[in-house]
Amino acid sequence: MIQHPGVLALLLASGLVSLLLLAAGWQGLRILRGWNLQSGSEVQLDLERRTYLVSTLVANALVIQILSLFLFIFTAEGLHTQFVGAMCAAGSLAVNAFGYPTLLAKIATCLVAGVWLILHRADTQGHDYPLIRPKYVLLLILVPMVLAETWLQASYLAGLKADVMTSCCGSLFGQGREGLVAELAGLPPRIMQPAFWITLGAFVAAGVLLLRTRRGAGVFSVLSLAFLLVSVTSLVSFFCLYIYELPTHHCPFCLLQREYGFVGYPIYGTLLGGAILGLGVGALAPFRARKSLSEALPRMQARLAWSALVLALIFTLIVGIWMVLSPLKL
Amino acid sequence: MRPSVQRYRNILDFALSSLLRRKGRNLALICVYTLVVFVIASLIFFVQALKREARELLVQAPDMVVQRMVAGRHDPMPVAQAETIRAIRGVEAVQPRLWGYYYDPVYGGNLTVMATDDTALAVESVWVGQGVARSMRVKEGDMISLRGYAGPMLFSIQKVLPEESELVSSDLILMSPQDVRSLFNLSEGLATDLAVQAGNPRELPTIAAKIVEQFPDARPILKSEILRTYEAIFDWRGGLMVVVLSSAILSFIIFAWDKATGLSAEERKEVGILKSIGWESADVLLLKFWEGSVVSLTAFLGGVLLAYVHVFFFSASLFEHALKGWSVLFPRYRLLPALDGYQLAVLFFLTVLPYTAATLVPIWRAATVDPDAAMRS
Repeated sequence: MIQHPGVLALLLASGLVSLLLLAAGWQGLRILRGWNLQSGSEVQLDLERRTYLVSTLVANALVIQILSLFLFIFTAEGLHTQFVGAMCAAGSLAVNAFGYPTLLAKIATCLVAGVWLILHRADTQGHDYPLIRPKYVLLLILVPMVLAETWLQASYLAGLKADVMTSCCGSLFGQGREGLVAELAGLPPRIMQPAFWITLGAFVAAGVLLLRTRRGAGVFSVLSLAFLLVSVTSLVSFFCLYIYELPTHHCPFCLLQREYGFVGYPIYGTLLGGAILGLGVGALAPFRARKSLSEALPRMQARLAWSALVLALIFTLIVGIWMVLSPLKL
Repeated sequence: MRPSVQRYRNILDFALSSLLRRKGRNLALICVYTLVVFVIASLIFFVQALKREARELLVQAPDMVVQRMVAGRHDPMPVAQAETIRAIRGVEAVQPRLWGYYYDPVYGGNLTVMATDDTALAVESVWVGQGVARSMRVKEGDMISLRGYAGPMLFSIQKVLPEESELVSSDLILMSPQDVRSLFNLSEGLATDLAVQAGNPRELPTIAAKIVEQFPDARPILKSEILRTYEAIFDWRGGLMVVVLSSAILSFIIFAWDKATGLSAEERKEVGILKSIGWESADVLLLKFWEGSVVSLTAFLGGVLLAYVHVFFFSASLFEHALKGWSVLFPRYRLLPALDGYQLAVLFFLTVLPYTAATLVPIWRAATVDPDAAMRS
């Protein structure tokens, strides 16, 4: 392990998140088993009080989780100088087999935790805790995900070893590491360009349909996830080439650097936020029949769908402007 | 203003006034919190500034240095090998270097003696760094005496090197090649090491491999390796200090937990009254959240500011010796202010997150207290 302050911060953060969610999960389990809204017993009152604890714990854990996603990428970026052949975060993450799985696990936990918060928000709109069961079942899914992510990240960080000078012919040990230099290539723009615009079109169409007819929330959700995946693939495949103004540089992480005006933050922020909101629309869909939510839920879904569409359009606008204004023409 | 925004503002107002009402207690918390942030921030800023200095210094360094190893120890290098290395494809220039360390028994420090080809430097005269001039109390035109192999040698000081280069030149004495040879009794045809420049830095590993193939006793060291090693050392030192300081963080967390748990009777009453006049548990949670944020942000900003002053105006006088390494002739220098979002984020993670996590459960306990029980107690 490299004893970098950033590494220690990451370990601390993931330990805290695990601890918070374990506590929340334990409370959630108690609530799931003992919940009976009809009863006015002391146990029930105590459980109702505990719902506040759970939501406070999860909300804090989610904020830490999202921040630590960016801290993770930045730490990987900062450590790249210590590995022969690594040019940026892409190289550091490839140093051992746990780097990329950790990143994916972090993104997945962010998405699920975001959806949980949307469910929670909807739950507070009804007077009779209408979503208490689905909410705590989802929480029990989230807990093992976060634990797995913590384990993956710890394995990744523990496996890092700086290529420092040795007392004999130092410069030669890096020669077998050619693999790290290999750039992420991505799919050819020929395929990805139409794929991106088609997905965007379908996503917007589903959104308009949803806002007009209040139907198709499931399709909208699936499309929002598809939009995230296709956008990231397109970003690696061709959008970033325009931003870097280099036909061979496919790195998705350098976008977060100062050299490119930190454009990666709005890009990934809109993508991740849009996907969470879009998934939330679908997650709420099965509960529209609940009596106490029959008014609030469609309104909330419409707001979420609106925001998801706006975020998708902001993303498209950002990368589109770069595509048009970039001196690079593919 | 929208009612939801107005609600947040009102609760924030209330949080501020309730913090002010318990001035003494909160001040103590903020002081300890600021101190913890200050210590860790100083450390992170200092390590970062040192790493930056090292990186900027090494920009001037040769791409590769080739040393000769005999039985695992560094040995003078035959200058003739420079020709063979120069013939390797991709090598742009090879420069034999002549340097060594001179222990000065009077001042108890090691000086770096180096030969320069600069023709402005006359034989039997030297250029010395600021640190040397300071500790020997000499100035331009003075004479210094060094113990050579064949007896004491006198040199006149032709120039004291400018202050801007002090970080690299503090302990440096520059003299002509023949003076270095007679001082250390080095025979002609031997150099300390060879500095190699390559046209394309990506060819360096291949060049290094070829050098080792031709001279099995050679040890090529790349600039990138030196840089990597420096970064690793500074990171390691910084990380080590953070681990040591984790006990401080831990005790601070216990302190914060204790403060947050031990609600005074008055506070319990306050929450009880708030709830009985219509505040919900969520509102009280928000109130406590605002209180915590105000404390955290104040302490964080205060700690960062203090650390900035400490590191960049006073050269981190509290940590200097633990982090800079051990030497007698320390260069005097002021670090260039270097701050970026990443370090602040790391600092935030190391200090604010544990505090927040530690106060969550006590906050919830305070917020969900029964109004009648609270007011009756």
